[in-house]
Amino acid sequence: MSLNRRTFFKAMGATAVALSVGKVSTASEAFSDNGTELNGMLYDMSRCVGCFGCEYDCAEAHEAEMPDIPRNPPPRKLDETCRTVVNRHETSIGMVAFKDQCRHCSEPACTAACLTMAMYKTQEGPVIWREDKCMGCRYCMIACPFDIPKFEYKSTNPKVVKCDMCVNRLAEGEIPACSYFCPEEALTYGKRSDLIKEARTRIIENPDTYVDYIYGEHEAGGTSWMYLSPVPFEELGFNMKIQKKSFPGLTKGFISSIAPVDLLLPTFLLGVYQATKSTSTITEEDEI
Amino acid sequence: MNQTDTIQYLDNKENKTWRFLISELKPKTKIFTAFNIITLPIILLGLGLIVYRFRFGLEAVTNLSQDVPWGIWKAFNVVVGVAMAGGAYVLVFMTHVLHIKRYEPVLKIAVLNGLLAYVFYSAALVLELGRPLDIFNVIIGNDYGVSSILFLVAWHFMLYILCLFLEFSPSIAAWLNARKMHKFLTGITLVAVVFGITLSVLHQGGIGALFLLAKGKIHPLWYNNYMPLMFVIQSVFGGLSLVVVVVAISWKIFAFQLTEKMIKAKDDILVGLAGICSVGLFSYVFMHIIIFVHEKYFAYMGTGWGNWYLLEMIGLVILPMFLFMYSYKTKNATMVIVSSVITLMGILINRLNVSLIAYNIDAPVRYVPTWQELTVSLAIILIQIWVFRWIILRMPVLRNGPDWAKGH
Ligand code: SF4
Ligand code: SF4
Repeated sequence: MSLNRRTFFKAMGATAVALSVGKVSTASEAFSDNGTELNGMLYDMSRCVGCFGCEYDCAEAHEAEMPDIPRNPPPRKLDETCRTVVNRHETSIGMVAFKDQCRHCSEPACTAACLTMAMYKTQEGPVIWREDKCMGCRYCMIACPFDIPKFEYKSTNPKVVKCDMCVNRLAEGEIPACSYFCPEEALTYGKRSDLIKEARTRIIENPDTYVDYIYGEHEAGGTSWMYLSPVPFEELGFNMKIQKKSFPGLTKGFISSIAPVDLLLPTFLLGVYQATKSTSTITEEDEI
Repeated sequence: MNQTDTIQYLDNKENKTWRFLISELKPKTKIFTAFNIITLPIILLGLGLIVYRFRFGLEAVTNLSQDVPWGIWKAFNVVVGVAMAGGAYVLVFMTHVLHIKRYEPVLKIAVLNGLLAYVFYSAALVLELGRPLDIFNVIIGNDYGVSSILFLVAWHFMLYILCLFLEFSPSIAAWLNARKMHKFLTGITLVAVVFGITLSVLHQGGIGALFLLAKGKIHPLWYNNYMPLMFVIQSVFGGLSLVVVVVAISWKIFAFQLTEKMIKAKDDILVGLAGICSVGLFSYVFMHIIIFVHEKYFAYMGTGWGNWYLLEMIGLVILPMFLFMYSYKTKNATMVIVSSVITLMGILINRLNVSLIAYNIDAPVRYVPTWQELTVSLAIILIQIWVFRWIILRMPVLRNGPDWAKGH
């Protein structure tokens, strides 16, 4: 049999996605479509000292250009040369550092946007970009609520650059480089559900250290990368207005209406065609 | 006939076709008109810039940035252009499906305009792709992103171009004097019509749906859940407005092609279209009022964005709606043209707002297109006009076809 059962069911699944109304949105946040539990990262900003080490580790793990960070760096943004960036913020309690990178949403906007499935949510949790599929339309950049994917405009064969949660290291049984090398253990890698429990425990046990909020637990329908903060998240420039529902849900209604319209409208049009055929002497006035 | 005779006969026949095609390539009108002298350099420059873009990458010619990933080529040539190319499916619907004979004289020119618009806008789309060769991934199905709006838009787009081509193809067959072909192509028109309309409604709405994912990035005054529906409505009155403008210009420039009957029909057609446009605009305004209340837009009034919104709504939507009504009542064809131009401005501003002006308003550097981007945008439209003229001068679009092709 040339078509094995897995591929067959996969194809069936894809069709069902196209036809069903909001079926996918029932997939719980903590699980991927086939039920494997998603992994994620808990980033504790009360532990992070803002040493920028993970930026170097990240570049090394991705064989990218080493970042060139001055002594007292101005606020920096993610761009096409890096997958993560650390910024020190002056806050009400002093310096707090904030590491930014892809949040690996449970139901990512970028994968819903991508028309070639180049952006892809793996079963384990990482959202990866696949070079052989991408056509560079940049719709993922329009869609991502966290403004994560970056594009190599300078290149004639540009890549979309973003954190891939060290998917290659994961495949070898390692954990992501930033988490592995962080001297302060600010980044904890693990099962998403365990991480949420861990985060709650930390908040309950040290109510004075943390604000009572896990950023990423519900944002954009839940993300694999979650944040604990010693100061209100607004002070660090977090976008608190991002909707708590998943982003692909925004287009589900339209997508599920496409198949019925494709099927029913031609039939309807033919009906109208037949009905008006004999009365083709419509007078000028009754047209509109 | 023996062997060599046959070959010679075929040779002759082939030669004739070739000679015909080559002779058709030559310009039929005066070469050194003001229009040609102005537009040709822009076209050549634009083509040069396109080569440059593929040689050196997007950064070399555009101002695209990490904050503004879609520039003027997408926003103007595709997002705006597609609405304005909607006239084809609306007229096809009225003529072929509803059997309203009144608009038949402008049907072919509207279909041709739509066909060319789509072909050239696809070109603009490919220009902005960072990795254009990988576009085949979408076509050959190297992983279908079926849950992606852009995927669905792309497919509906491509299939619709095919439908438009089929709808227009009888004119090509008549030009090539291919009678059998003509008969066949006319026979399948209805199929193209029915699917063409369906595909149109869906991709017009799909372009609106594309921006649903940009929630939080587009200023709330231009973001709402009804965008797919609004985009479809826009394509009705926007598309017809462009038909009005195209007809008004073509009836002047190509007057020598027109029969007496066609010339007489014009004003009546424009007035009829004005009626439909006013109804379309009315439902558009109505929807906007509902959205205004529902999304609590009142809170934004008085801000700069609020004023910009009001200017668009009152000056470029409500005003032409009344103008259309007025010109319909008074049967004033000139007024119809004026209203159409204002309506087109309204669509231009609205869609640029959604896709560029009110997009990512917090970006540290505002996107302003480079002169290269503008030149290419313009060149694409100018090439389209050149091809349009080339076809009108040769194929039976405005003038009657050969006698054997009567009735089509
Ligand atoms: S943060 Fe953005 S790029 Fe990362 S998974 Fe979510 S939508 Fe995709
Ligand atoms: S740029 Fe590439 S990864 Fe992003 S949506 Fe387009 S095809 Fe997908």
